[in-house]
Amino acid sequence: MSIRGPRKGENYELSVDLNSEYREKRKDAIKRVIASMTVGKDVSGLFPDVLKNMQTDDLEQKKLVYLYLINYAKTQPELVILAVNTFVKDSDDPNPLVRALAIRTMGCLRAEKIIDYLCDPLQKALRDENPYVRKTAALCVAKLYDLKPELVIENGFLEQLHEMISDSNPMVVANTVAALTDIHSASTANQPSTSSDSSTAFHITTPILNKLLVALNECSEWGRVAILNALGRYQAQDDKESEHICERVVPQFQHINGSVVLAAVKVVMIHLRKVRREELEKQLIRKMAPPLVTLLSSPPEVQWVALRNINLLLQKRPEILSNEMRVFFCKYNDPLYVKVEKLDIMVRLAHERNVDALLSELKEYASEVDVDFVRKSVKAIGQTAVKIEEAAEKCVNVLLDLIATRVSYVVQEAIVVMKDIFRKYPSTYEGVIPTLCANLDELDEPEAKASLIWIIGEYANKIENADDLLTLFVDSFTEEAYPVQLQTLTAVVKLFLKKPDSSQGIVQRVLNTATKDCDSPDVRDRAYIYWRLLSMDPAAAKSVVLSHRPPISIPRTTVAPAVLEELIGEIGSLASVYHKPAETFIGKGRLGADAMQKRAVEEADESQLSTQKALQTVVAGQQSENLLDFGDEPSTDGGGLSGLAATQTMLSQPAAANLIAGTSSNPLDDLVSIFGNVSMQPMSATPTPAPSQAAFGFGQPPSAAPGGAFGGLMTPTVSGSSTSPPTQQQQKPEEDLLGLF
Amino acid sequence: MASLVAILDLKGKPLIQRSYRDDVPASYVERFLPLVLDIEEEGQQVTPCFSNQGVNYMHIRHSNLYLLALSKRNSNASEIIIFLHRLTQVLVEYFKELEEESIRDNFVIIYELMDEMMDFGFPQTTESKILQEYITQESHKLEVQVRPPMAVTNAVSWRTEGIRYRKNEVFLDVIESVNMLVNANGNVVRSEILGAVKMKCYLSGMPELRLGLNDKVMFESTGRTARGKAIEMEDVKFHQCVRLSRFENDRTISFIPPDGEFELMSYRLSTPVKPLIWVEAAIESHKGSRVEYIVKVKAQFKRRSTANNVEIYVPVPDDADSPKFRAATGSVQYAPDKSAFVWKIKQLGGSREFLMRAHFGLPSVKAEQEMDKRAPITVKFEIPYFTVSGIQVRYLKIVEKSGYQALPWVRYITQNGDDYSLRTAQEKGNAPINPI
Repeated sequence: MSIRGPRKGENYELSVDLNSEYREKRKDAIKRVIASMTVGKDVSGLFPDVLKNMQTDDLEQKKLVYLYLINYAKTQPELVILAVNTFVKDSDDPNPLVRALAIRTMGCLRAEKIIDYLCDPLQKALRDENPYVRKTAALCVAKLYDLKPELVIENGFLEQLHEMISDSNPMVVANTVAALTDIHSASTANQPSTSSDSSTAFHITTPILNKLLVALNECSEWGRVAILNALGRYQAQDDKESEHICERVVPQFQHINGSVVLAAVKVVMIHLRKVRREELEKQLIRKMAPPLVTLLSSPPEVQWVALRNINLLLQKRPEILSNEMRVFFCKYNDPLYVKVEKLDIMVRLAHERNVDALLSELKEYASEVDVDFVRKSVKAIGQTAVKIEEAAEKCVNVLLDLIATRVSYVVQEAIVVMKDIFRKYPSTYEGVIPTLCANLDELDEPEAKASLIWIIGEYANKIENADDLLTLFVDSFTEEAYPVQLQTLTAVVKLFLKKPDSSQGIVQRVLNTATKDCDSPDVRDRAYIYWRLLSMDPAAAKSVVLSHRPPISIPRTTVAPAVLEELIGEIGSLASVYHKPAETFIGKGRLGADAMQKRAVEEADESQLSTQKALQTVVAGQQSENLLDFGDEPSTDGGGLSGLAATQTMLSQPAAANLIAGTSSNPLDDLVSIFGNVSMQPMSATPTPAPSQAAFGFGQPPSAAPGGAFGGLMTPTVSGSSTSPPTQQQQKPEEDLLGLF
Repeated sequence: MASLVAILDLKGKPLIQRSYRDDVPASYVERFLPLVLDIEEEGQQVTPCFSNQGVNYMHIRHSNLYLLALSKRNSNASEIIIFLHRLTQVLVEYFKELEEESIRDNFVIIYELMDEMMDFGFPQTTESKILQEYITQESHKLEVQVRPPMAVTNAVSWRTEGIRYRKNEVFLDVIESVNMLVNANGNVVRSEILGAVKMKCYLSGMPELRLGLNDKVMFESTGRTARGKAIEMEDVKFHQCVRLSRFENDRTISFIPPDGEFELMSYRLSTPVKPLIWVEAAIESHKGSRVEYIVKVKAQFKRRSTANNVEIYVPVPDDADSPKFRAATGSVQYAPDKSAFVWKIKQLGGSREFLMRAHFGLPSVKAEQEMDKRAPITVKFEIPYFTVSGIQVRYLKIVEKSGYQALPWVRYITQNGDDYSLRTAQEKGNAPINPI
C-alpha cells in the first residue's frame, strides 16, 4: 500500500472532527478513518486522536476504535500504553459483550507493552460467570502464548485451561480444547531444541476423553471440529476403547457441516486401526459411504476438498464406495478441477460390472470442449483398459472411435494411451496398428510421436513398411524433440535386429546422425552404446534390446503406504488435500533443522516401535518395487542379481542408508525422500522428479555419486516433461548393459 | 485455522480484510491473483487450495468476488473452505446481495461480523440469526445496550428464551430436487433425489418437537409395519438443533427448533427415478446454412398432477442467428447469452406431450476445426403436492411446558435439481419424430 503524496489536508480534517465536541461528528470521523484504513491509506498518524474516543458507551464506536488499534498498535507501540486504562476498565464492564471484546482485542494488539497488563484481566475473565467471556478468554490464552509463552506458564493459565475442560458450557470446552491444541502444536513445533516442555503439552487422558465425548454432542459445529481433532490425537488404551470412541463419533456423520463429517471420518479412520471386531469394522465403513457421497452436493470448492479426501480414503479402503461410481459422473457445469478429481476416482472405482457405464461416460467426455478435460478422459480410458483386462477390448474400440473423429488432440492422446495398452497386453491388438499409423502425419506432439514410434519399433516385424515409416523420422531426426529422438533411435535398432537385411542403411544413418549431429548427451550416449553393442555382439544386443518386458499395471496408491497412513490421520487438512505430508509445504525456514531434529527425538521417544515398523514397511516396499523394476532383466542374467542390485541401490540412497543405520535426523523426511524416488510408476498420475527416478533405474553401485547428479546426466527428459513411459522402458536394456560389464 | 481472511474483487484488489494471526503478513493477499494467473498460464488448474512459498491460499468464488483465507500451517482445509461459504451466507443474509458495492457501503458491520465469527483463526458463531440479535445495522440508535444473547454460548445456541406468539404455528415444506442425467440414447445414466425439510416456526417458549416420517429404517427397527410405502433415505443431514445421538439410537428426530425459517434436515436417495419431464430433440444441421430442431416434451407423471413453470433450455451453436419458432403450447425465446433457446410452459399437465420446432440460420463461414459444444438440454420445473420419493410427514408433535396447542401445516413439492440434463445426439435425432 502506497501513501500517495502528502495527504495532510484530509488527515488534518479528520483530526479536527475526531476532537469535535459533538458525539455524532466524532463517530462519523472514526468511520471515515476506518474507511481510509480499509482502502489502504495510512492513517496511523491519527492514533492519539482516535484513542481519545475509546472511552464511550456506544458499543459500535468502541468496536471501531478497537479495530483501529488492532491495525496500528504495532506502528505506535509507545502510544498503545495510553489505551491500557480503558481496556482494563472495560474488562470490568457490567456488559459481558464489552468484557469479552476488551479481552479479545487486547490479545490481538500484539504489543509488548500492553501484554503485561493483560494477565490480571485475563485471570478474571477465565473465571467470569458469563460463558461468552470465558470462551473468549480461553482463546486469549493461546494468543498470549503466541506472544510471550513465559507469561502463560508463570500465571498458571495452562492449569486453568485444563480445569476448564470440565466447564459446564460446551462452547467453552470447545474453545479451551482449541487453545490447548494450539499451544501444544506451537510448543512442539516452534521451540528451539530444548527438551519438550511437559507443561505445555496437551496429553489427552481418559478422563479428558470422556468429557470431550460428552461435550461433542452439545456444542456448536465448529466446536465439534475442534473436539473431534483432539479425539483424533487420543491414544486408545485398548481395542474396547477404540470401539467406544468410534461408536460415539459415528452420529456426527449426520451433521450438516461437511467439516464435522470429515473430522468424524478422520477420527473413525484413526481408531479403526485398533478395532478388532470385524463386524463393527464393516459396519463403520458402511456408514461412512453415504455422508461422503452427500458431500458431493456441496458447493464446488467443498466438493473438491471432499474428492481429494475420498481419493485418499479409497487408496486405503477401496471397498468404501465400491457401488457408488455413478455419483462421480461429471456434471456438465462442474468446474474443471472437480471434473479431473472425479475422473481419477471413477477409474479407481471401476470394475468388470460397471465398466460399460464408465466407458460410455468417458466417451461422452472425450467430445466436450475443454481440451484438458478431453485429454484426461482419453487417458482415463487407457487406465481402465490397463486396470480391467476384461474391458480392454471395449476400451480399444472406444479409442478407435475417438481416433476416427480426427480431432488432433484426441487422436494424439489416444495414441499415447494405445501404447500403454500395448505394454500391458503385448501382441493382442496388433490389428489396430494400421489405423494408428494412418494418423502419423497429423502428430505434432513429442509424446504422441514417441509413442507411435515405440509401437512401430516394437512391432517392426509385423509392419511391412516399418522402415519407410521410421525413415520419415530419421530424415527429420535433428529437428525432433529429444524423447522422439531417443525413441527413433531405439525403434530403428529394434527394426534392424528384427529385419537385419533391409535396414542396414537406416540403422547406420541414425547412429551416425545421433552420434555426430545431436546435441543431447543422452541421445548421443545411447547411440554409442547401441553402436558398440551391435558391432561387438549382435546376439547380446538382441537379448538386451528385444528382451521380454513385464506388463505395466496401475498402482493402487499414489503415495507410499507410510505416507498414506499419515495422511489418513489428517483427513480434512491441507496435507490430505495436497496428498503431501505437512513438512513438504510448510516452510519452517530458520527453524527447519531444529524442529526436524526435535521431532525426530520426540518420535523416537514416543513411538520408537512404530517408527521401526514403518521403516520395515518402507524397506519391504522398496525392495518389492525394485524387484518389479528389475524383473524385466533377461533371465540369462540370472534372477539373483536383481535382488542384490535392489538392496545395493537401497543402501546407496543416502536417506535410506540413514534409515537403516538409524542415524536419521528425521525419519519422516527420509521416508519422503525415498518415496520421491520410488513412487514413479509409468502410469502414475503424479509427476515425480524424473532425475532421481532415472538414477534409480540404473542400479547405481554403492559408491556412486548422490542420485540427483548422476540421474541428471542420464535422464532423457531434457525438455522438462516427466519421463515418458517408453523412454523408461528403453532404459531397461541399458541397465542390463551395466550389469553385463 | 486461518491467519487472515480477505474479500477481493476480480482484479485481486482486497476490498476488506481481517488479520487473525501474525504469522502471515497482510501483503500476501495481493500476491493471490498474480499466483492464480501464473498457474493458469502454466496450463494448470487453479484449485481452491494451493500453497506457495510456505503460505497456503484457500479461496472460494462468489459472483464477482474472491473470498480468501491464508495460513502458514497445515490447517483444516474443509473447515476453512466451509467457513468462507458460511461467511458469504451471513453477509448475503445481512445485505441481500454480496458484491463490491455492498461491501464498501457496509464495511463497518462487516468488520464487526468478521470479529465475531472468527477468533484467532478459529470459527466461532456463524448462525446469522443469532448474530443479527447483537450485531445490527442500527445499533447506535438503540438506547439500551446490546448484550450477547444467551444463545451464543448456550447448549441451545440457536434459540433465545422468551419468544412469544399469539398464534402458535409451524409450516413444513418438503422439497425434493431431482438431479438426472439422461444419455443421448435415452437411458438414465444417473439420478438422485435431494430432499429437504424446511420449517417456518412460529412457536412460543422452548418447545420440544418430534417429527415422524415414513422412514423404512425406523419402521424396521421398531418392528412396526407401515401403512403404505416406507422410504429408505440413504443419507440424512440435520440442522444442529437435532439430537444426533438420539437419531442414531432409535431414528427419532427430536429437537428444539430455532425461531423462524430454517432447514431442519436434508436427505438423499439414489433410487432410480424415471424422468418426470422427458425431453428429446431431433436436430438437423446443415453446416454453413441452417439448423433445425424438433423438440418433444412429455410429462411422465400422473394425470392429476401438474408441473408449473416448465423451462426447457435447448443449446444451439454460438453463432446461430435469425431464429424462428413454432410451438404447440407455451412460448419460445432465443437466449443468445446462454447459446440456447428457452421453451417456457406455464402449466404442463400429467401425461401430456407437446412438440415445438425451431429454425436457425448459420453463418456460411466456419472457423476451422471447431468442436461442437454439445451442451445438454436442461429443464426447470416444479410439481406441487407431490414427492418423487413418496416421503410423508406422519406426525409433528409439539410439546411446550405452557401446554399450548400448535398447528402444523405441511406442503410437498418436487422440482428440478441443479443438474437435470438430457444429452443430445450428435447430429440427427435419435428417435423418429413425426412432423406436426
